Amino acid sequence: MRAMIEAENLSRHYGGMLAVDALNLRVRAGEVVGLLGPNGAGKTTSLRMLAGFLAPGSGRARIAGHDVERQPHAARRALGYLPEGAPSYGEMSVLGFLQFIARVRRLSGERRRSRLDAVIQQLELDDVLALPIETLSKGYRRRVGLAQAILHDPPVLILDEPTDGLDPNQKQAARALIRGLARDRAILISTHLLEEVPTVCSRVAVIARGRLLADATPAELERRSRYHGAVSFSAPGAGPARAAISLLPGVDTVEVEPLGGRVTVFPKPGRAILAEVQGILAAQRVAISELALERGRLDDVFRRLTADPAEAA
Amino acid sequence: MSALLAVLRRELAAYLVTPVAYVFIVIFLALAGAFTFYLGDFYRRGQADLTPFFSYLPWLFLVLVPAVAMRLWAEERRSGTLELLLTLPIGRGAAMLGKFLAAWAFIALALALTFPLWLTVNYLGHPDNGAILAAYCGSLLMAGALLAIGTGLSAATRSQVVAFILTELVGLGYLLAGHRLVLGLVQGWLPPGVADALAGFSFIDHYEAIARGVLNADDVMFFVLTIVCWLGAGVLLLELTETG
Repeated sequence: MRAMIEAENLSRHYGGMLAVDALNLRVRAGEVVGLLGPNGAGKTTSLRMLAGFLAPGSGRARIAGHDVERQPHAARRALGYLPEGAPSYGEMSVLGFLQFIARVRRLSGERRRSRLDAVIQQLELDDVLALPIETLSKGYRRRVGLAQAILHDPPVLILDEPTDGLDPNQKQAARALIRGLARDRAILISTHLLEEVPTVCSRVAVIARGRLLADATPAELERRSRYHGAVSFSAPGAGPARAAISLLPGVDTVEVEPLGGRVTVFPKPGRAILAEVQGILAAQRVAISELALERGRLDDVFRRLTADPAEAA
Repeated sequence: MSALLAVLRRELAAYLVTPVAYVFIVIFLALAGAFTFYLGDFYRRGQADLTPFFSYLPWLFLVLVPAVAMRLWAEERRSGTLELLLTLPIGRGAAMLGKFLAAWAFIALALALTFPLWLTVNYLGHPDNGAILAAYCGSLLMAGALLAIGTGLSAATRSQVVAFILTELVGLGYLLAGHRLVLGLVQGWLPPGVADALAGFSFIDHYEAIARGVLNADDVMFFVLTIVCWLGAGVLLLELTETG
């Protein structure tokens, strides 16, 4: 399938610094790609170049096959964009603002009405339609920004931190909305929330210092974690069992959390140790209150990827 | 085109909901009246025309028009809506023109509200209404030129104060360009051709030519070209300073 969002060697200097360094990224219809990185990693600069707000220093950005510099109007018509901070005209009412966007996007007649109704319902804006946007809470403003981005039912969405400022329930709702939109669309979101990745994204692009450090599914990233395949358990008085476990051939190290005393057993690369650990615990009659096989921890991968460029390379 | 109209409509609607518009109109009308009747000696001149009003109008515009123009782009930049507007399918030129036309329409409304002055002279005597109409056209054109300068410069900064002061300075330059004070200053060290060309940029000269009742194509074109050039400069400034 054709990529709907394409970044080809995108680079850009910003204030004398290389903010984005030869970024290559492709998003196809049906995918939600999460651009993940620490603050100042170049996420927003990358999205601004893809959305056509910043001219690329070098390289190319295409939306639905249209070069954002050479065919800006075709690219913008195909794109719904939520800029960083979800800016909107504060003195306008929610309805007035959405009608303004509809007019600029040349939606008219029945289609304008039906699209307005649809986004107002999808983002639950009914109660605030007549209120000036500047009087709304941060969560409502973010939802108005999302409504604006999806109003023309675009095939491509670029959302800069779409759930920032939402409370946990609203975050849940916004994520469900994004997943639902993804069925036939290409969506690129930026986030610094790791929890967002497995719940929303089908693929993750990790960037730091302007460089793409990983482009993989959340499961693939989890497998890169040292926690992948580790066994952890809570058991009061498991001291002797711990010593026995650390002698198992497949075990690399055993760590104990100073608080709570939870034990984590790390395997040597490629070894499965769950059965052996369970065997020892059963043989020594250790009363375990809980035991888990870890899939891997994204925060661990994220920290190592973004803190140590040598390791990522 | 429809995107341009959407921007124009949004800007006009913004005037209705912000107090700035009402404050502007009240101050404009109060000052126009004060200039005409007190400084202009409207009654003692004993002539039924609006010369006192039209001769002070450029200076009133110099103070007030930059205040209308300063927010047009600087506010978008400051609040971040610039990024929203410039990633919508609307050209920068169309957005610039939409904003300018909305502000110009607003100033035209303020100017139209000076109609009691016109009623007054018609009550007192028999003025040359054709000349008055021409003078109103000239005023609107000059206000448009000042507004275009302000709109263009507003695109360069996120600070409304900076936009205001820059526009005041450039506008003052245009108003004084033909004044003997300025000409006397530059004649000593500039070649005569350049000094004459500078005088040709005088808003006052072109305005007074129109206000005398002659709607000369040269003078009209001068203001139209000034408007086009400054709005074009504004589009360039938007592109150069997009990172705001």
